[in-house]
Amino acid sequence: MSRGAVGTVYVKELRDSLRDRRTLLSTIIIPTVIMPALVLGVGKVMSAIISKAREEIPRIMVVGGADSPGVMSELERSGKFKVEAASPDWRSLISEKRVRAAAEIPEGFERALESGSAPAVKLYDYEGELKSGIAVDQLRNFFVGLRDRATARLLAARGLPAAIARPFEVTVANVAPPEKVGGNLLGGIVPYIIILLCFMGAMNPAMDLTAGEKERGTMEALLCTPAARTDIVLGKFCMVLTGSLAAVVCSLVSMGATLAAMGTLLGGAPAGHAGPGGTAATIDPVGILGVLAMVIPVAVLFSAVLFTVSLFAKSFKEAQSYTGPMVFVVVLPAVVGMLPGIDLNLRLAVVPILNISLVCKEMLSGVWHWGYISAIFGSTALYAAAALALAVRMFRREDVIFRT
Amino acid sequence: MIEARLLTKVFHDRKRGEIRGADAISFRVEPGRIYGLLGANGAGKTTTLRLLATLLKPTSGAAVVAGHDVVREPDKVRANVGFLGTSTALYARLTSREMIAYFGRLNGLDEPSLRSRIRLLADELDMHEFLDRRCDKLSTGMKQKTSIARTLVHDPQVMIFDEPTLGLDVMTARSIVRFVRECRGRGKTVIYSTHVMSEAEKLCDVIGIIHGGRLRAEGSLAELRARTGEPDLEECFVKIVAPEGPK
Repeated sequence: MSRGAVGTVYVKELRDSLRDRRTLLSTIIIPTVIMPALVLGVGKVMSAIISKAREEIPRIMVVGGADSPGVMSELERSGKFKVEAASPDWRSLISEKRVRAAAEIPEGFERALESGSAPAVKLYDYEGELKSGIAVDQLRNFFVGLRDRATARLLAARGLPAAIARPFEVTVANVAPPEKVGGNLLGGIVPYIIILLCFMGAMNPAMDLTAGEKERGTMEALLCTPAARTDIVLGKFCMVLTGSLAAVVCSLVSMGATLAAMGTLLGGAPAGHAGPGGTAATIDPVGILGVLAMVIPVAVLFSAVLFTVSLFAKSFKEAQSYTGPMVFVVVLPAVVGMLPGIDLNLRLAVVPILNISLVCKEMLSGVWHWGYISAIFGSTALYAAAALALAVRMFRREDVIFRT
Repeated sequence: MIEARLLTKVFHDRKRGEIRGADAISFRVEPGRIYGLLGANGAGKTTTLRLLATLLKPTSGAAVVAGHDVVREPDKVRANVGFLGTSTALYARLTSREMIAYFGRLNGLDEPSLRSRIRLLADELDMHEFLDRRCDKLSTGMKQKTSIARTLVHDPQVMIFDEPTLGLDVMTARSIVRFVRECRGRGKTVIYSTHVMSEAEKLCDVIGIIHGGRLRAEGSLAELRARTGEPDLEECFVKIVAPEGPK
């Protein structure tokens, strides 16, 4: 191997890629923009949607309740609902989102409430639908309030204090430092995005430097130089790796900057981005560095695999049709790693991509299992080395380079 | 000098089985001479040239290019070969100067030699005006000159041309033909593949007619005419590759 030839190929490919809009877009611009867009944009949009849904006065229907006029009038006077008499098709109206929820008040409810033995009120919603959920929550709060007031009245009638029904309160306080809270909140999504960007960052350079070069007809001239094939492949591979790592670094730096700016601008506890108890969602910088270190072998693995696959293609378009579906292969384990309740164990530590997703999640929330970290780094480095060896081997094959 | 001895390349195709891209091809080209490899599409011209340029490894046989064996010393062969293929493709986002410099560096030139070679080639090919322009902004003629400069940057002893005028307009094709003649004038060993009879007639000192991977005939234009009894090269060619007449 000649360092000179590897360097010459690398410098040329770097210069060429820096002038390529597609590569700049996938390795620098999108990774830089996506994190602030996610943290700020999606968070803001979500909180706006939720606020708007909360502000809306929901239409509800009451099934029964004709013999409970006091409850009905209290419900109407609360100002929190547009109460309508139930029509026979109230269930379908909820499904069609024309009515958000319904309350079924049993016969003789109000009379029974006075004696303290009222039967259960049944609430109906469309599970998973935001506005229906909010409406049913408000209905639940209304009836819980009604129950508390009835309890207080019954206790007062017997000369007992209202506090007897609630002898103590239960409160929850957070002991986790802000970065741990942030890690838990963002730890699921961040590794997923990092893995995806790591792959996407390598995709365009890999296709351009292999299939693209074949398509442009420059590959033959390049192979006619005295530079060894291994040097050419390593120079090109280094550029693909640069693209992958650049995407990761850009996204991590931009995420760190976004979270820092949010902390500064919003006094450390931004609305909609706070953990339990209003703790700011910051991420431990050591965790970010840990993620960056763990991503290096994955970037090598992705770069080598994408390089090898693209090498088979005769054109950029053909390479796209090979590498496009590979995104799903990458996304699937990354999504599984994002799911709550899946914890690292020795078996999962050797499953590529999933292992990185899981360990990054832990690192960002401040948990450092050094045994697993070593196993994951080692196994991924091994897969990466094998993939790189395969890439070099494929580049030497005549039937791959001159495929007709 | 180029010397091919029973050079053979067998490809394996799942559908078509064994294909002999080059079948026991033997010829010799001396310095200062142009050897024309004349054949129809798929005759084996590109395979033969790729074997000589060490882009492909021969299945059997041997070849010596500029004194180096193509199998044992492929890097030394490539260091002495300039290859200009069918497409004069360039790196669109590099400038003409960057393109030439890249190939110069890969051919082992140091920076001072590279600078002086680029200056010399730019003088000879009249490239100064567009040397720092990106290749995707160049006209066909300018691209052609850049390709030629890229091929010559390391001043190779042997020049391999694989249908270099294919798809080019008359003026650009003429400049290529002129360049090939200049290579001969400078004492370089030249091998030139084409399926254009007039080009072979005008350029080549010796013509090898290749068909089905085999070298069917070889000789000067006069020798081929005498052998077939046909005054026209096209008729000579047809008589040699299809002696029973075209099917």
